[in-house]
Amino acid sequence: MKILVGVKRVVDYAVKVRVGADGAGVNLKNVKMSMNPFCEIAVEEAVKLKENKDAKVSEVIALSVGPKQCQETLRTALAMGCDRGIHITTDKRTDYMELQSDAIAKLFQKVIEEKEEGIDLVLVGKQAIDSDCGQVGPAVAGRMGWPQATFAAKVDLDGDGLLVERETDSGTETIKVNSLPAVVTCDLRLNTPRYATLPNIMKAKKKKVDTYKIEDFDVDLEPKNKILEVFEPPPRKEGILVDDVNTLIDKLRNEASVLQ
Amino acid sequence: AAQKLHSGTITLLNTNPSLDTSNLPPSVSCVINAKAKDSLAETMSLLIKKAQDTKSFTHILAPGTKFGSNILPRAAAMIDSSPVSDVIDVLGEDTFIRPIYAGNALAKVQSTESVKVLSVRSTAFDKAELGASSATVEELEMDEEQTLTEFVSANESQSDRPELSSASVVVSGGRGMKDGDNFEMLFGLADKLNGAVGASRAAVDAGFVPNDMQVGQTGKVVAPDLYIAVGISGAIQHLSGMKDSKTIVAINNDAEAPIFQVADYGLTQDLFKAVPELTEKL
Repeated sequence: MKILVGVKRVVDYAVKVRVGADGAGVNLKNVKMSMNPFCEIAVEEAVKLKENKDAKVSEVIALSVGPKQCQETLRTALAMGCDRGIHITTDKRTDYMELQSDAIAKLFQKVIEEKEEGIDLVLVGKQAIDSDCGQVGPAVAGRMGWPQATFAAKVDLDGDGLLVERETDSGTETIKVNSLPAVVTCDLRLNTPRYATLPNIMKAKKKKVDTYKIEDFDVDLEPKNKILEVFEPPPRKEGILVDDVNTLIDKLRNEASVLQ
Repeated sequence: AAQKLHSGTITLLNTNPSLDTSNLPPSVSCVINAKAKDSLAETMSLLIKKAQDTKSFTHILAPGTKFGSNILPRAAAMIDSSPVSDVIDVLGEDTFIRPIYAGNALAKVQSTESVKVLSVRSTAFDKAELGASSATVEELEMDEEQTLTEFVSANESQSDRPELSSASVVVSGGRGMKDGDNFEMLFGLADKLNGAVGASRAAVDAGFVPNDMQVGQTGKVVAPDLYIAVGISGAIQHLSGMKDSKTIVAINNDAEAPIFQVADYGLTQDLFKAVPELTEKL
């Protein structure tokens, strides 16, 4: 099995973002960036499959689209256990402002069709925590005409395909992916990503990363959804502390009018 | 949301054989009853593509639920349109507002696609009123069934309580609840208020409650009239799932918890004392 894992460099989940006063987007200067948490889960699942002899994984390739700092994101993926990296370089913003999910999905398609023959499984996170679109996984599957299993909470090998338990609006459901190749998007509870150990970080330095310029792919990069403005949501009115339950009930009934 | 978009025709693509087509929002002028053996993305997107090929809709909408988010991007890719997900406001036929960065920023977006594919955040729009409908009904069948995936089984919660995403009152528990049994206390409070019970990611990860109760950036987004956060610290990701609630109450004995920054009313008391007292006095 040959696995392609998407890894995105995003604002670290703990950062409180600020919108630039010019309305042109979230301020990313000097902000801590990290691998998207759901991409970490995707990498972990790929590496776990590689460690599973029954999966017969020949290679796990990590793919990232973005500026030169994506090399760090790829090195983390390599240190977690991926074999090789692909870096598609661009200075366009990938947090929805310039490069959007449709362009990313098209790039995945180009990599699968033109650069890496024989990809059996594409693993991506269910969404990126900056753009919050959650579109790349199903879009790649739709473009390739491949089966998809989104919001995966458990992935098992099943004959030529996979048995995936996926999260739904009212619990979980189990579906069978009849055969590979397929796309799986990874949800929160699929696994707990490992920390890259120091020896593996050192080993990762020797692993190969192929670099391509985004312009070298015949993909329309213009955002189809133009961002006219980015602004902060209206702030909530400041709240108060109440001393006891009686006061709380009184306020809810008489001030907020949410109780009979 | 479709009504806010335009006053033109609205068609409903329906796969539920027991839908009563005489009782629908009056703005729906046509119902396409589609035969589908399952609601898997591969099946549904073929139906959507076929409907689109035959009828050339200008806009295709779906709820921004796990159900819609599974299907819509696949269908959009098949009709080569870049979708806009999680729309919270419609400013015109091609201009929408959607949250980014866990709702800490909002983007005004103009779609340049000839077919606009949108997923809609249900809490941001009023429900369309049902009424006597004279919508025409059509049938849609697929020429062949997809063989890429198969439905095996479902493990879903059944409840008599209001549905979490649409309840007007939500009581949520976090890590402070200490274990799943203690959630009984919250079910009791919710029942007094005719509300639903939700949870923070921490509570779900700790195994206190199932995943479909999770409220947050990657769980359910809720916007009830009243949201009571019990033993929840208020991480950015949780806030993103509930900060549009009309009134927010926080009960947490940690006065420094970030939840108090969004709460309209905060009670810094031990929840194991406050919640029973609140339930009793209501």
